[in-house]
Amino acid sequence: METTKDTYRGDFPFFTNNPDLVYLDSAATTQKPTQVLEATLTYNGAQHANIHRGAYELSIEATNKFDAVRSKVKAFIGASLEEEIIFTSGTTESINMIVSSYAGLHLEEGDEIVLSILEHHSNLVPWQQLAIARKLKLSYMYINDLGIIEPDEIEVKIHDGVKIVAITMMSNAIGVKTPIEAIIKRTHQVGGIVVVDGAQAVPHQAIDVVSMDMDFLVFSGHKMMASTGVGVLYGKKALLETMAPYRYGGDMIEYVEEQVTTFAKLPSRLEAGTPNIEGVISLGAAIDYINHIGMDTIHNHEMMLTQYALLKLSELDYVNIIGTTDIQFKGPVISFNIRDVHSHDTAFILDNAHIAIRSGHHCAQPLMHYMKVPSTARISFYIYNNTEDVDQLITHLKEVRRWLGYGS
Amino acid sequence: MDLSSVYTEIIMEHNQAKHNKHQLTATTHKERGHNPSCGDDITLALTVEDNIIIDAAYDGMGCAISQASTSMMIDLVKGKTVEEAREKVSTFIRLIKGEVNPDDALEALEDVVVLSNIKNMPARVKCAVLAWHTLDEALNNPSE
Repeated sequence: METTKDTYRGDFPFFTNNPDLVYLDSAATTQKPTQVLEATLTYNGAQHANIHRGAYELSIEATNKFDAVRSKVKAFIGASLEEEIIFTSGTTESINMIVSSYAGLHLEEGDEIVLSILEHHSNLVPWQQLAIARKLKLSYMYINDLGIIEPDEIEVKIHDGVKIVAITMMSNAIGVKTPIEAIIKRTHQVGGIVVVDGAQAVPHQAIDVVSMDMDFLVFSGHKMMASTGVGVLYGKKALLETMAPYRYGGDMIEYVEEQVTTFAKLPSRLEAGTPNIEGVISLGAAIDYINHIGMDTIHNHEMMLTQYALLKLSELDYVNIIGTTDIQFKGPVISFNIRDVHSHDTAFILDNAHIAIRSGHHCAQPLMHYMKVPSTARISFYIYNNTEDVDQLITHLKEVRRWLGYGS
Repeated sequence: MDLSSVYTEIIMEHNQAKHNKHQLTATTHKERGHNPSCGDDITLALTVEDNIIIDAAYDGMGCAISQASTSMMIDLVKGKTVEEAREKVSTFIRLIKGEVNPDDALEALEDVVVLSNIKNMPARVKCAVLAWHTLDEALNNPSE
């Protein structure tokens, strides 16, 4: 087993600046390599100008740099057209745009939306609120004891007449993947469209929106080594063209008169105002960095760590892992609890040993309620983690029950 | 940080103690308190007669600090008047904010002052004060 080779950790100044820290919370946000940090520094320090406006050289260069990222994203997710890539502030905004400017426009009273119980609040609350406001039916696909959505559940819940299925590719809370191909296929059979939440999957596995036939795909930059405040809304052109403008303002117009306006074509029509230019540039640099390493290398490294951590955790009889431990159904995220110990205490005791993990409900309260687990401790990996991180975790996990007075 | 200043013996005893963790039948006041970000979720029930808290109990889930703080608070306010309980809530909040030192709070809060170390741990303040805010709310909102 490949163990402690730190081929890429040296690219991350964060770890030089925090030499004692074990960072196991990349599902919340990732650290950034020098290549990404330098890209934003160069833009801000030497090339900063607004885009799509000036006739001077700097502005044109900034525009070119910005537009080049659209092309990189297109290639990264296997889209066919650049105008199918809309820059947003992140997954949350991307979903809200689809909900209000697509679903809000096309759905009528009584229409049905299907989600899964695994959804993050950001792919649940917007749909729920639309359903309340517009008297839509909102249904959920549920999971088995391992956290997996079974084929029967897909067949039953995604029935004739379902208009939209909004589904994560991987649960942020328990790290279980959804059967995305089967869900997309079934939704298209019944004439619906699929909104795929790729926030947890796009940073960790190769995506091809065309071969997977995704209608919409959303994801965030900061979970794939880019800045916070930038993300992507991918949509098939025919669908994006039916969306109402989400925000009005500069850059999204064609002609503005005192009483009427005509709007720009895609993608500008859905990108009002000065965008997060440095964020988009950081996203481009992050994609370059991922491509430089290779998505397969990243995926294999993370899954090696996940398997290693699952093995080590399973040796502790007081650790209860939530969901399947079969890594063919998992991403690089493990959720667990220590017997008799609340996850907040676990995280606090680990923090004291400079180990950063997530605790709580992971913005997935309906899931936690369904699983009857009030909270969990969660670890997650990225390219910069190594087996020593896991070993440190295990060493200090062994102290948690003792601190809480349970002996071992 | 020294974890033993947080996970003290008395806090661990109260975390594991169940004597205050049960349903109350004849309740005059009931309030749910909840820290959405970390999942502490308690329901506090009181029976107040002639202005005296004659019984109190809680139910719910949470970290050791929130559970111990709730249990210790119930021990402290049982048998006290509503005004005395409110005064103790106020003293406890000031203790956790660092506005009153543990020695000066000892008479009002008794062994609850062991929680004063929490004031140096921003991540745990919410856990410690949850029950006390919930008690304050409960006293403001009788069930009848």
